[in-house]
Order: sequence, then structure tokens, then C-alpha cells
Amino acid sequence: MFGKLTLDAIPFNVPIIMGAGIFMAVVVLIVVAALFYFKKWKWLWTEWLTSIDHKKIGIMYIILAYVMFLRGFVDAVMMRSQQAIAVGHSSGYLPPEHYDQIFTAHGVIMIFFMAMPFMFGLLNLAVPLQIGARDVAFPYLNSLSLWLTVISAILVNISLVIGKFAATGWLAYPPLSELSYSPGVGVDYYIWALQISGIGSLLSGINFFVTIIKMRCPGMTLMKMPVFTWTALCAMILVILAFPILAATLGMLLFDRLFGMHFFTMTAGGNMMMYINLIWAWGHPEVYILILPAFGVFSEVVATFSRKRLFGYATMVGATVVIAFLSFVVWLHHFFTMGAGANVNAFFGIATMIIAIPTGVKIFNWLFTMYRGRVTYSTPMLWTIGFIITFAIGGMSGVLMAVPGIDFQVHNSLFLIAHFHNVIIGGVVFGYFAGFIYWFPKTFGFKLNEKIGRYVFACWFIGFYVAFMPLYILGLMGMTRRLNHYPASTGWHPYLVVAAIGVAIIACGILLQIIQLLVSIKHRNDPDYKDTTGDPWDGRTLEWSIPSPAPFYNFAVTPEVHGIDAYWETKERLKHGSSAKEKPHYKDIHMPKNTAAGFIIGMAFGVFGFAMTWHIFWLAGVAGIVIFATILRRAFDPHIDYYLKAKDVEKFENDFANGVRHY
Amino acid sequence: MAKKQTINKQTTTKQKTGKSLMQKEKKFRVLLKNKTKLVITVITSLGLLSLLSGCNMTLLDPKGIIAAAEKQLLIDSTLLMLIVVIPVIILAVVIAWKFRASNSQSKYSPNWSHSTILELVWWAIPMVIILILAVMTWRSTHKLSPYRPLDVKGKPMIVQVVALEWKWLFIYPEQDIASVNFLQIPVDVPVRFLITSDAPMNSFAIPSLAGQIYAMGGMQTRLNVLATETGDYRGFSANYSGDGFSGMHFVTRVSSLNDFNQWVNTVKQSPSRLSIDAYNKLAKPSEKQPVEYFSSVQNKLFKLTIMKYTTPGIANPDGSIKDNLTLTNGK
Repeated sequence: MFGKLTLDAIPFNVPIIMGAGIFMAVVVLIVVAALFYFKKWKWLWTEWLTSIDHKKIGIMYIILAYVMFLRGFVDAVMMRSQQAIAVGHSSGYLPPEHYDQIFTAHGVIMIFFMAMPFMFGLLNLAVPLQIGARDVAFPYLNSLSLWLTVISAILVNISLVIGKFAATGWLAYPPLSELSYSPGVGVDYYIWALQISGIGSLLSGINFFVTIIKMRCPGMTLMKMPVFTWTALCAMILVILAFPILAATLGMLLFDRLFGMHFFTMTAGGNMMMYINLIWAWGHPEVYILILPAFGVFSEVVATFSRKRLFGYATMVGATVVIAFLSFVVWLHHFFTMGAGANVNAFFGIATMIIAIPTGVKIFNWLFTMYRGRVTYSTPMLWTIGFIITFAIGGMSGVLMAVPGIDFQVHNSLFLIAHFHNVIIGGVVFGYFAGFIYWFPKTFGFKLNEKIGRYVFACWFIGFYVAFMPLYILGLMGMTRRLNHYPASTGWHPYLVVAAIGVAIIACGILLQIIQLLVSIKHRNDPDYKDTTGDPWDGRTLEWSIPSPAPFYNFAVTPEVHGIDAYWETKERLKHGSSAKEKPHYKDIHMPKNTAAGFIIGMAFGVFGFAMTWHIFWLAGVAGIVIFATILRRAFDPHIDYYLKAKDVEKFENDFANGVRHY
Repeated sequence: MAKKQTINKQTTTKQKTGKSLMQKEKKFRVLLKNKTKLVITVITSLGLLSLLSGCNMTLLDPKGIIAAAEKQLLIDSTLLMLIVVIPVIILAVVIAWKFRASNSQSKYSPNWSHSTILELVWWAIPMVIILILAVMTWRSTHKLSPYRPLDVKGKPMIVQVVALEWKWLFIYPEQDIASVNFLQIPVDVPVRFLITSDAPMNSFAIPSLAGQIYAMGGMQTRLNVLATETGDYRGFSANYSGDGFSGMHFVTRVSSLNDFNQWVNTVKQSPSRLSIDAYNKLAKPSEKQPVEYFSSVQNKLFKLTIMKYTTPGIANPDGSIKDNLTLTNGK
């Protein structure tokens, strides 16, 4: 009846897991109780769960990213403290079978459920507004993508309490991830969580690709698009090309495990090297999917806060395209040590270091955007300057590892760990935080507290260096990754203690971020915080031309652009009094209706994944029928849109002008 | 002479490290009161530690010719790249400061966003550096390929390496002995490791001697090394392979040829023999396995550990190697 699922699957005897499980249960209970107490269920359903407004979907993506970020960070704290304790005869407080799940979960969560949702969140908040669109091309698909991602994240968290998560490392290399070495449900949880969220990412990729190609406002040619939209476009092309590879690879691993096939097994002609090639053929573009939008954020921020045009727009676009292309021809550098010949290794090594050229050009362009500008040190700008410094170091260690002769020594060492955290924290995380602060007023109508924001930056910046510079040294000392304990004679201990201190400093930064958010919400109507103009940073692109928070129909009148910095140029013209503001001519706006289909399909996919993990096939069948039926019902539903009347638009616009908010 | 000096240097720096650690601890306690100073101390002590402990860094203290070449490559490439990285970091700080909004003295040209010459310059600089690095990469990758025989005289000694759950088995076919979790090789003699795995994927690593190479089931990889200094060096698996992975390390003892031969004789005295049966028992998962010696080894055992994954009829259904194989010369 319940497949492999029995009561033994819940680890009652492991206090850490039970504690975490109880904590999660309590949080859920508090949220549910609050919803009942404040009678907010209907609001939750109509305003959020069934919403297909890209701005609300963006907010929900970012909430998911932050929640999963906390979970992933707790994993990091546990790993760092384990390694700071487990020296010599001490085996620390985490036994290997638990520790192995933690580092696997940390990687999976941070990439799939922190970085990816954050990226899609920022895209949702900014891209349609930057290109003057009313919504994304396929609003219902957008909602479906969100719920597929959310339910996969929930699936990973369920694995904490019911059964186990994979203990294979975040890419689940076979043969370790095959049935013979990992017979439990951990790898199945892994496969289904990634498969379902992967579908979500792929759909989102198609959605934004079409949005950017087809829905730009009149006058916005490709070479007049804001740079963030350009980087988003390149990232979405990578999503469309790379995610099918992930789906196929995980599918084959699933077939090995479920049907006894031999794609990647050691026996019967299977080959693990095929998996490693395939997973990195997805995995390398994946990191560029994450970093390119961050580059876009920095480009927007550095121009805005230097009050100057972005230096070398055409070069920036060109460099982005080149990086996107090259990201597909370097995957082999993740396994120079797998025994390929010198010609192959040298080719991929050199291809990898060529990426440093367009990236270096970008850095110079950012520097020269500041040059002869008027730089204000608002928090997004602090993250940007911090990024340039940190990324230069991380890029250098990356090029070092692209030299196969060096990689043979530092591969899989803590030097590698230091390198990719150097570029992912210093690039992706700094970039997304900058973007979040930058677009926060546009989304919510008030700014985040700047003073606390500076402390947040200081903690993160210093904490990062204290936590990860020792890891470079440890790598040079020959410490390999994923160690549960190590002998005292290695001399690694003091460095790991310093690294743990660094994590504590970052923890302070995260705590301050939460405080910053709460303080800013409390003071949201104070004049220092409230964004009455819709343009708090003296912005350059279209999203700043509309009120904050953005109206649900985005643009009352579809804008028309003539240059790269469309809104900046409009403001300049107005300043010089060349064109008086005419009374806008409103038209009826074609709007999509909310739908529960995305939410229902997402939840059903969650049930499906859980059932397949535990081999409860009848339940998987039921969930499959629900999914199929919902898709059909939605496909044949003619009532999916409505028209917002011109006079209503006018009323809303007048209200915004008078400072009345509708949400 | 030179060797002695380096050893002396090592010991003095080690003492220094110890001293500085103690001083640091004292400093730490005093400064705990002040938050900002604490942060500064952590950073400076970190810098100090990294400077002082240079000699503890395995990768910067190579004991084999391949590792020495890899170290040189690491240093050369780093210096080459610092040519750009250091100016970029300085520029980032200087430009951001000079053109701060409160500095009304600085020039402000809000529409200056293109300069062909400047852009050509910063396409050119990284290109030149990457070009040099690419040439270095092409040459070094061929020279340091783990498969390439070393440029030294003499036939290499063969050691067959099998990664097991979770220990290392070393078979010396020429000496007809085997050991578990202990590797001894003679100094100044080329050694060729033939590597496979009868377990999930591992990576065979002795960073003091040479970079790593994966150990994979049903396949054989190779690694050529030449140790230049006697001593005990850390060897381990550098690719996570399951619960017992952390205990999967071994001592690599580089000794004189005489000492090596003596060790071989000691192993020959061992009562255990590595028969197929003994191997099947050894291959069962175990953690933190102690050192074990075998005085003789079943003929073609290494081949069988590979063939059991590639050829039907070698392995039992449970994965162990069949005991009653007729080992003809052909196999």
C-alpha cells in the first residue's frame, strides 16, 4: 500500500534531525495559525497562490530563495563546525552518514533552490518592466514554473524527516548514486526534486526568452535593450539549451535505478564517465546562467549610481554573448583528472581561460563607467565594488585551475571549494543582493534601511574573506573536500577554526539582513523610506518611469523608446523643457485572469515525486491523472483573460499620482 | 648540503609558527573586548599565518619531479595573472573614491561612454596574458600528462593500485607482494602506478609526488612519478566515495633502494597470502582499515578486478570474483 514507506523511515533517534523537523513543523503551524487568526486564507489564495502577476511571482520566488538560503546556510554552519571540531581522535558531532547528506543538501539547495529562484525572482521583478511589457509572454506558465520549483524545494525538506536525502555529493556521480551503492531513497528524492524543478526552470527559460524577443515596447530594438535584459536573454538561451541535458541525464540515472538499466553502472557495459560528461555539459552552462544576470545587475547599478552612461554598451553585450557561447565548450575542465589525453585536456583548458578575456573586458568597462562619474555609495553600489574586488581574485583562481597541470593538484581540494564560493558568493550572491535592494522600492514602494544595509555588506564582505581565504591555503596544504574528520598531524585545524569564525561573521550579516527587512517594513511610511516618485535612485531604464509599487498592469500607456537609457533621456528632455507633458491617452488593457491551475499542477507534481520516491505507484498514478486533467481543463478554458477599461486605468493612475495605494 | 639547509629552515619556521600562534592567542584575549579590533586581528593573523606557514604547504613543497613542475606552473601562472588582477583591485578602489559624488573637483562627463582606443587596450591586455598562458598550458599539459613516461633512464617499477571500500590495495607484481593502506617506493626510481577501482569512483592522490588521477571500476588509469626525497608523505582519495571516505588515506614512504628491498623482505615474511578468497574478503566495505601485508598475490589479480566489470563469467552474482576460475595464459 505504501511502497517502501514505513514508520522506520522517520529517524526518531537522531536528535538533530528531529529538532530540525520539529522546528519546521512549528514554523508551519505558526503560519497556518496566523492565517486563521487574521482570516487571510482567501487573501492568500486570490492574491498570491493563484496570482499570475509577474511581480508577485517574483516576490514569491525570492521568498523561497531566502527561506532555502537559510536552510542551506544552516548546513554550511554544521559542516564548518564539524570540520573545526573533528580533528585527531575527535570524530565531531556528525556521523559520516549524516554529514554526507548535509554537504549534498547544501550544494543542491544553494544552486537549485536558492540561486535559481533568486535569479528567476529578479527576472520576474525587472525584465517585463525594463522592456515596457504588461506581463511575461505566458503568465500561466510562469505561475506553473514557480510552483514546480516550490514543491521541489519542499520535497528536499521532506527528505530531512521522512527517509534520507542523497549522500552522494551535489552532482550524484555514479556508480556511487547507483542502486548497488545507494540503495536507499536518498538519490530518488534527489532525482525527483531536480527533475521537477528542472521542468520549472526550462519552462521559465522559454517564457522569458519569448517575452524578451516578442514583447519589447515600440522602439526598443535589441541593441537598445537594458543590459540586465540582455544578460537575462543570454541566460535564458543557456537554460533552454542546458536543462534538457539535465533532464535526460537524471532520467537515465532514474532508469538505471528503477528498471535495472545500465547507462552508468560499472557492469554490463554502462559507463560512469558518460554521466560525468553529461552532467557537466549542463552544469557548466548552469553557473553562467546564474552569473550572467548578476553581471546585468552590476551593469544597471554601476551606471545608475555613477550617474553616467554604461561604458561600452556594445562591448558589454558582445562580451555577454561570447561568454554565453564559450560556456558550452568548457565542461571538460571539471574532470581533467579522469584520464583524457593531453590534447583534449589542453584544448578545454585553453577554451576555459579564453572566458577570462570577455570577463576582464566587462570589469574594465564597469571601472570606466565610474570614471568621470558621480559615484554615490548606496548599498547596491557597495555590493558592486565589493564584487569587482572579490571577483578579480576568484577569476584568477579559476584561470589557475583551468591549467590542467595545476588542476591535477588542486582538483577536488579546498582550493576548488574556495574558488567556486569566491565567484558564486562574490559574483552571484553579491549581485542578487544588489539587485534585490535596487529593485526593492519598485516592488514594494519603500526603500530598505541604508545604514543597516552597510553593516550587512561589511559583515558579508569581511566574513567572506575570513571564511574562504583559509580554504585556499588548506587546498595548497593538500586538504581534499568532503572530509568528515582528519588527523591532527595535517596541521589543518587552525585554518578550519578561522574559517568557522568567518562563517560566524557571515551569520551576523544574515541576522542583520533580517533586522534590516523588519526595520524597513516598520518604517515603510516614513519619508526616508517611502518611494513617492517611483524613481528613488534617479534611474535610467523604463521600470523607473512608473509609480512604485508598480501597478498590476505595469504601464498605463505603452512607452516608446528612442535610446539605450530610455527614461534617463526622457528626464533630460523634460529638464530642458523641450517637450511638455501631454495628457496621456488611455486605452483598454488586455489582462490575464488569475488561475489555480499552476498551483494545483505544482502540488500534484509534488505528490507524484514523493510517491515515485517511495514506489507508491497507485498514488503516483492518481497524481498523474490530476496533473493531466488540470492541464486539459486549463487548455479548454476560454475564460482566461479580461479587459481593464480605459476609464479604470485613468482612475488608478490618478490615485497613484495622489499617493493612494491599491496594494 | 642544500637539502640540510631546507630542513633546518623548515624546523625554524615551524617553531616560529608555534610561537606566533601562542602570541596570537594572547593578543586575541586582550583584544576580545573591542569588536572592530577583533575583526582586524582575525584578518591580520590570517595573513601572518599564511605567510609563516608557507613551508607546511604540501603543494609548495614538492618531493617528486612532477609535483615540482606543477608547483612551478602554479607560481608562474599566478604571477602572470597578478599583472592584471592587482591593478584592477587598485583601480576599483581609486576610481570609486576619486569620483565619489561629494568630490566636486573631479571631472563629470555623464555621456562619455565610448572610446575605441581604450576598449582596444583592455581587449588586448587580457588577450596577451591569456595567449602566454595558453602556450604554457599546451606545453605543460603534454609534459605533465600522467600517462607520459618520465624523461629519466631506467625501466619504471610497476605498482598496481586498487581503490576499495574504503581502503587502498597496492599490488607489486614484480615483487609479488601486496599491502593495504601503506605504500613504499624507492627514491630516484621511476614508478608507474596502474590504477583501478573495485568500489565507487575514487581519486588516487599523493600531492607531494604528483597530481591525482581518478580510479574507476572496469577501467585502468596511469600515473608516472619519480620521488626525489626520502620521507613519509600523505596519500589519500580525493574523490568522495561514501561513508568511509574520510578514513581512506595512507602513508607513502619514500626510502632508499636498500630500505625498500628490506621492506619487501619483511612483507615476504607475512603469513597472509592474497588469494582470490582473501581478496573477496578484503573488498567488503570496511572503515579505517589498519595496514596489512600479503607475502604473495594471486596471479593476474589486478586484471581480474578490472575484468569482473567488463567480462561476463568472472564475477559471482554478489560481485565477488569467482574462486574456481581456470586462469589460462590467454586470460
